[in-house]
Order: sequence, then C-alpha cells, then structure tokens
Amino acid sequence: MFSDLDFDVIQRSLPYLGKGMLFSLGLTLLAMLGGIVLGTLLALMRLSSFRILRLPASGYVNLLRSTPLILVIFWFYFLVPIAVKYFSGNSYAQGIGPFHSALIAFTLFEAAYYCEIIRAGIQSVPAGQSQAAFALGLTYPQAMVKVVLPQAFRNMIPILLTQGIILFQDTSLVYVVGLTDFMGAASKIAQRDGRLVEMYLFAALIYFILCFSTSYCVKRLQSRISPPR
Amino acid sequence: MDFSFLSQPAFSGGGTYLNWVISGVQWTLLVGLSAWVIALSLGSILGVFRTTHIAWLYYPATAYVELFRNIPLLVQMFIWYFVVPEIVPSALGSWMKQGMPMPEFWSAVLALGFFTAARVAEQVRSGIQSIPSGQTYAALAIGLTPPQTYRHVLLPIGFRIILPPLTSEFLNIIKNSSVALTIGVLELTAQARSISEYTFRTFEIFSLATLVYVVITLTVTLLMSQLEQRVRMPGYIGGGK
Amino acid sequence: MSRLIRLLLTFTIAGLCINPTFAAELTGTLKKIKDTGIVKIGHRDASSPFSYLDDNQHPIGYGVDICLKIVDSIKAELKMPNLKHEFVPVTSQTRIPILTGGNIDLECGSTTNSIERQQQVAFAPTYFVTGTKILVKKSSGIKNYDDLKGKTVVFTSGTTNERAMKAYNDEKKLGINFIPSKDHAESFLAVETGRAVAFPMDDILLYSLKANAKNPNDYEVIGAFLSDDPYAIMMRKDDPSFKKLVTDTVAGLYKSGEINKIYTKWFQSPIPPKNINLNFPMSDGLKDAIKNPNDKGVGSCGKMSC
Repeated sequence: MFSDLDFDVIQRSLPYLGKGMLFSLGLTLLAMLGGIVLGTLLALMRLSSFRILRLPASGYVNLLRSTPLILVIFWFYFLVPIAVKYFSGNSYAQGIGPFHSALIAFTLFEAAYYCEIIRAGIQSVPAGQSQAAFALGLTYPQAMVKVVLPQAFRNMIPILLTQGIILFQDTSLVYVVGLTDFMGAASKIAQRDGRLVEMYLFAALIYFILCFSTSYCVKRLQSRISPPR
Repeated sequence: MDFSFLSQPAFSGGGTYLNWVISGVQWTLLVGLSAWVIALSLGSILGVFRTTHIAWLYYPATAYVELFRNIPLLVQMFIWYFVVPEIVPSALGSWMKQGMPMPEFWSAVLALGFFTAARVAEQVRSGIQSIPSGQTYAALAIGLTPPQTYRHVLLPIGFRIILPPLTSEFLNIIKNSSVALTIGVLELTAQARSISEYTFRTFEIFSLATLVYVVITLTVTLLMSQLEQRVRMPGYIGGGK
Repeated sequence: MSRLIRLLLTFTIAGLCINPTFAAELTGTLKKIKDTGIVKIGHRDASSPFSYLDDNQHPIGYGVDICLKIVDSIKAELKMPNLKHEFVPVTSQTRIPILTGGNIDLECGSTTNSIERQQQVAFAPTYFVTGTKILVKKSSGIKNYDDLKGKTVVFTSGTTNERAMKAYNDEKKLGINFIPSKDHAESFLAVETGRAVAFPMDDILLYSLKANAKNPNDYEVIGAFLSDDPYAIMMRKDDPSFKKLVTDTVAGLYKSGEINKIYTKWFQSPIPPKNINLNFPMSDGLKDAIKNPNDKGVGSCGKMSC
C-alpha cells in the first residue's frame, strides 16, 4: 500500500512550492492589513450615532458575512476588470489581473469579519475611558485614536491574529480561479506527476505546522497580554 | 438586469436553468445539514472530553481538535476525495471510486463534518467551562456521578450558553459547503458558475446566488433566535437580543 | 528644370510616400500594447503539444510558437523592437474571462473556434483540426460511446467536448454520471486512478496524454468524432486593427510554408518532457485550412455545419 509512494517528488518540486507559499503568505499579509484598516473604519461606522453611517456599514457587514468566500472570489474575479474598464474609459483593463481581483475580494471579505472583532474590542474598553477623554476636551477623532483604539487593539491582538490564521487557510480557495498559491502549486505537481497522495499529504502537513505553531505563539501572547483573572 | 434566462431550457439534462439553481440549493442544504449532524454529535463528545481531566479522553480530543482546525478545509476535502481511496486496501479503494454512489458527496460531507466538529468542540468546551464550578461541585455533592453531572447540569446549561456561537457555526457549514464545488459537488455556487458560462449572464446569476445565501442565513438566524427564546431559562442567562 | 521646381517636386513626392498609417490613431489591443510595452500571452498547463509547461514550468508548444511569431509581427508593426512578452496561465474555464478582462491579449492554447464563442471573442485562422473522441483504459472493455451507458465519465470544465458528450448523453439517454475537473491533467488522472472510465477530449490531446503517461499501453483513444474542433488563437473582438495583424501573420506563415516547419517540430519530432515523437501527420482538414486560411467556427450542434 505504501510501497509505491514517491516522496522524492516533494524534494524536486520545492522551488515551485516555495513560490506558491510566498504567494499565499503575501496575499494573507496584504489582505490582513487592508482588512484591519477597512474593518476599523467599518466598526467606527457601525458604532456611530448617525444612521447614514451605521446602516450601510451594517448592511455591508451582514451581506459579506452571509456569503461564502468562494462566491465573493468569483464576484470580484469577473467584475473587477469590468469596473476598471468602465472607470478608466479604456477598452482594456489596465493592470488588474486575477491576483488583484483576489486581493480585493479577500480584503473586503475579511474587513467584515475584522469589523465585528474590532467593534467588540472597542465596546470592551470601559465607557469611562471615552467619557474621561471627552471631559478633558478631546474631540471624537482624538479620543478614538489616542485613547480608545490603542486599548481596544491591545486586547484584540490575539483574536486578530487568530483571524489572520483563518485567512491564511482561506487563501487556499484561490484555487478556484486558477491562481497558483501553495495549494495550487501542490495540486499542479500532483496532477502532472500523478502523485496525489504524496503532495496533498505534504500540503496538509505544511499547513498544519504553520498554523499550529502560529496559534501556539498567539496563545502564549494572549496569556502575557491578558493573564487569566 | 435580465432574469429571463432562468426560464430558458438548459443546455443539457432537460429542464430550465432555474431547475439547475434549485438543484444547487438542494445540494447545498443536503451537504450542510448532513455535515452538521456529524459536526454537532462528534463535536459535542469531543468538547466534553476536553473538559475532563481524564488523560485518555483529553489528549486524543485535543489532538483531534488541533489537527482538524489547522488544516484548511479545501485540503481536507482533497484528502478525503483523492487520497483516502488510494491509501486504503485496494478493494475498498476501488469501491470508493467506482461502486460507491456519489463519492464526491460523501467526501464533502465527511470533510466538512470533521472540520466543523473541531470548531464545535471548542464552543462546547468554552460553554461548559464558563459555567461556575459551584454548579459542578453542588451536583457531585448531591450524589450525581460525573456522567450524570454532564447529562443533567452542565450540558443543558452549556448548550443554552453557546446557542449564539453554535448558530454561527451552523451558518459557516452552509457557507463552507461551497468548497465542495472543487471536488465536483454541484451545489449552488457551482451551478451559478456553470449557468454563467452557458448564458453569459454573470451578474444576474451571481446576484441570485448571493440572494439565496442571504435568505438562508436570515431564515436560520430567525429560527435559532426563536429556539433561544423557547429554551431560555428565566433569570439565569440573559437571553434575547 | 529650375532648382525651385525640383525642390517642390521632391517634397511633393516625399509627401505622397509617407505612409498614412503613421498618422492614424492606434486603438484597441495595439494601443494597449503600445501604452504598456508588454504583450500578455495566455497559455495552458497541460495541452500538449499545443501549449503546456516543460520541466522548468516554462510554456512551450505549437500554439506558443505561432503566438511568438505574432509577437514578432507586433514588434515590427509598432516599431518596438524591445517589446516584452509575458505568459499568463489559463484554464478552459478562465480563458475567456481573462481575455475579455484584458489580462491577456492572445490566448494560445487548444481552444476550439465556435460560433457561440464568437459572441464573446474573435479568432485567428484555424491552425489545427481535430474532434472529440474518448480515452479509455483497455481493461475497461469499452469499445464505443454506447458502452458508456450508466458509467462515470470525467470532463474538463468549459470545453466543447463537455457539451458534445452531454448532448450525446441526452440524445441516446445513456444515463452517464459526469464528474467535472479543472484541467486535462486532472481529468486524465481520474481515468488513471479508476475514478472515471472515459475522458472525452480532442483526439490529438488524448494521443498526447496517452503518449506521456506512465503506462501508455494501458490506454486507447476510441470512437468516431463526436464533434468537430478547429483550433485557433483567441483575441478580443471588435478590434479590427489587431485582428488584421494576427490574421495576416498566421496567413503569412501558411503561404510561406513556414507553418510546415513548426508543425513538424511539434508533431513529427521528439518533444519535451519525455522526448516522445507523436508521429501525427497533417490531417486533410488541416491541409485545407492552410490552403484556405479561415476563421469559421463550429455551430451550436458541435459540427461545422448544423
């Protein structure tokens, strides 16, 4: 049963797999950054007292959290080039490829999830903090940026990182639009050489090692930031 | 936006494209619900094991949770569909590939079920651990055995506590069923893509698919909040919104 | 003649000789290439010998070579000797959206020219003629299409062969169970591992897959042509200047006979990755297409004339 497995194929394909892994990591980091920035903005909008800010933000977050990520990827894969063509007035979509569509898809998708995390984080900062800030004469933006958000983020870092690990796992879904991330690279080699068992088990192993060690570090970080009371 | 393509006869298999959409929805729900049965039952057992101090229950459960949480769902599906039939004894493997009806469906259900079970286990564990330990001690003090404690005290309260996150896991399973399109399950997202290739009405069909997912989500959320109201223990857990 | 009149005459003749297209505005793809300085070429991963990856993951093939000739023509036409080209991988399902979205300018693969696809894209003159047959394992005992009754068949998503097979299935009520796959390598693997009993695909691609398999003698390609498949390079439609350049380049290769050299290189000599010689002489259909370059597509029934 295990006799005709050929694990050499892994060694021979390491450079190609490495390129795929860089792609996965790059997409993860960029989407995380974009997602956190946009998510913070959305969270503030959801917490605002102006309906014109609150309702669109809530609508957006609820819509994206109800839709499967694969469908969101398809949406942006097909529509981003059309939108770029329309807005630039060119007869072609300048410079926007599948990678950019995927990046936009992931950023907008993750922003909805980050929004909820950040919103909870902001709400966990005692109300006294913002009240004190206002009493000292700080404006709303100043109070947010200098007092509330720093405390909120400090508490949220472990959860934000955990969501990042989930995002890293989700990048494997770019497979459906033919992009070559780590999983896509493993797949191509598996199909080209007929080595499904070896490549897919190897891919699972790598993902496991990366995610497990990162979440272990996050747990350690969490116990240092907020020791269990 | 022109939705008339829905009533046009589909390219193959008879029926209209609307039939394809309905078929897709049926598969989505079937995969999601079947996987949820596995996830809820297995996940609850594992969650309970993770709250005990009995080593031979705790460590295997922990190992399971860590393994299935840290490998992406797509990879797990591929392993169930492509790898498992190759590494089991060849007679069983051949049956799995040829004789078994709908191998992609079963692979999808198993992959999704086992993946979500790990997450449900964590919810159950945190639910039980958030119950004040006084409850456990009181139960033991009046003579209940540990299994009875779980059965009569911890689990009833625990499940009520975790109904909200459990709802969200159930919704995740419905959404994650879309990953099954990579192994050939013709669920809703797969059908939407197929239809867009045959009719070129990309925007319309993706809007329809998105709308269906939103409706499913809203329905489930509504039903679950009704359930929360029904099982609420007055005065114990702050219920409702 | 006085010097003045001679001067005037010189300038007039020079003025008449200046090529008017210098002043014409570039549009469409030629404009894009001029602006961006790069031609993007879509290629396949496993459509040997038309467009596939060699051992170093570089795209090579019969279609790729013809596309590179087109790149040379573009260099000459736009007077950009340093024009770069870049390869972008595509699959049967993504090739059309990637092309219409502007991420590639040419698709050089194994794409069938069909009237339905002409609604979305345009084609260069046909450069290969083939049709749907099925690949089966000899041990499966399948001798023709009707033997597929009740069996499992794998297809590559987004191909004309998918439609031809499904149409045949509907017509003869064979009750075939279809499983989709992303590209030809995956489809072939499904037959190899026994997950499916047959893979309907263009016969030349099947011969190529069989030749490069681990055990080529386990397989055979059988059946009458279920559909006609004239291959051609794809480009965006409603772009007359680019279409003219591409058409002229390909027709030029046909007239000069250079196409025969390219054909021999890929179909009648050893090719990567395993240095196997397909030994596939030019079919009559292809000889016709070379004598009379055309971009006629197959009808919706899958044949040239419905």
